[in-house]
Amino acid sequence: MYIIAPIVIVLIISFSSAQFLTFPPPGYSMQWYENIVDNPAWLRSLWTSLRVMLPAGIAATVLGTAAALALNRGSIPGAAIINGILMAPLVVPVIITAAALFGVFRIWGLYGSIGGLILAHTVLTIPYVLSTVGASLQLVDKRLEDAAANLGATPWAAFRLVTLPLILPAVLSGLLFAMVISFDELVVSLFISTPVVRPVTVQMWSNIRGDVDPTIAAIATLIFLFSLAALLVESVTSRNSGRKTPHP
Amino acid sequence: MPSTVTRDRRALLVIPATALLLVAFVYPVFWLLLRSVSDPVWGAHNYATALGEVIYLKVLWNTVAISGATTVFCLLFGYPMAYTMVHAGPAAKRILIYIVLIPFWTSILVRTFAWLVLLQPKGLINDMLLGIGLIAEPLELIYNRTGVLIGMVQILLPFMVFPLFSVLSRIDDGYMKAAANLGAPPLPAFFRVYLPLSLPGVLTGCMLVFIISLGYFITPALLGGRRDIMVAQLIQEQIDLFGNWGLSAALAMILLAGTALIFTVTYKVFGVKPDIRA
Repeated sequence: MYIIAPIVIVLIISFSSAQFLTFPPPGYSMQWYENIVDNPAWLRSLWTSLRVMLPAGIAATVLGTAAALALNRGSIPGAAIINGILMAPLVVPVIITAAALFGVFRIWGLYGSIGGLILAHTVLTIPYVLSTVGASLQLVDKRLEDAAANLGATPWAAFRLVTLPLILPAVLSGLLFAMVISFDELVVSLFISTPVVRPVTVQMWSNIRGDVDPTIAAIATLIFLFSLAALLVESVTSRNSGRKTPHP
Repeated sequence: MPSTVTRDRRALLVIPATALLLVAFVYPVFWLLLRSVSDPVWGAHNYATALGEVIYLKVLWNTVAISGATTVFCLLFGYPMAYTMVHAGPAAKRILIYIVLIPFWTSILVRTFAWLVLLQPKGLINDMLLGIGLIAEPLELIYNRTGVLIGMVQILLPFMVFPLFSVLSRIDDGYMKAAANLGAPPLPAFFRVYLPLSLPGVLTGCMLVFIISLGYFITPALLGGRRDIMVAQLIQEQIDLFGNWGLSAALAMILLAGTALIFTVTYKVFGVKPDIRA
């Protein structure tokens, strides 16, 4: 109850016909969703979030998978330190990352830019990809890759034909995870974005602090449904690949 | 040997990600560290202010107190929950896992907003309590510490439940049966047999919840009182409103040091391997 009920209530309120956040709603309507579609600020911010989420998710997946491969297969001096650096954004309180990136982004001219948001979100999501793909790589029998190499496969061919198919579910779930994290991210975005380039979470944040009407409940519902869809996709792919662990 | 060549070359794949992190994460944090000792002039004065002045000390203390309370409540709710999950049948277990997992995947902002709606003086919770006649006046559930705790405990609960769940599901039921067979009543058997076996999960869960709480921003900012703020809000306020980089940076470094200390102590002293993926 305590865990699930709050979200369900927001979901219901988003279809309210009342002007205020009353529950239960006196009637139902789609007016707050129409409000989003009619309001360029909401649409623009949703579009900004998508434009950040896709490149950041893909960059984090490529870089994170490459790093996971290197850390699990190559012999790297100081592997523990490198692993620590790559996982650091997950451990360092996000407010610190936000302040630090805000500081240097202003100097670098990345403050308030899509590029800056993409860069920040890539950094923040690499740890998730690294740990997901890393865990999967540990389960792959290295002898399969050695066999491919001994049979004359180039390293790239061995990766593409042997390793990648085996770790693909983990790579995809890393990508999904990275995109959801990017889409949901608020604190860093709040620091490094401006009203012109503003992800949907920041737009929602600035509206919550003013007049709260059910439009925000509608936006919250959209954000929630996006995460839920991602979770369902993830649980289906992981079940198909026989991976039992139900965690993101 | 093709295999050695392969290994060496594959090691190079770590370079792009590492380079990116060095430039766009390690350097910025280092830059912030420098601000703390150089802004506006060189010296430790920012740390002296942060740790010496009552208003800032109070914020640091608030942060520790709220994080501590959040951790205790998460443990009190999370332990029975994890226990139920472990001992539920396969279907119920699946449902319970999703009940914990779905909020875990939901944006913190969305979840905090939900509490903002529920905890209002005219919100659902007050309406219900007034309706059944349990209270005569609306309770002040929001813009104070009560609101912060209600929100934070709910949001951070999965970080307690998942480590506990993974440790509890590895405990052999045979131990409890043996204790019962040897004549131990259920409660002493639990405290002397089951609880000690579950301690690694308790420690990991508590550490995770506590260190995540320390740096929390969104929930206290939306549900908390204006005069009862946590350190992350103070950092944001000092930068956003006053451009006070020196003090903010010092506060950030104190927060970072605290987090690192707790992380290391849990890791080294108790030998618990913190699973930061939860």
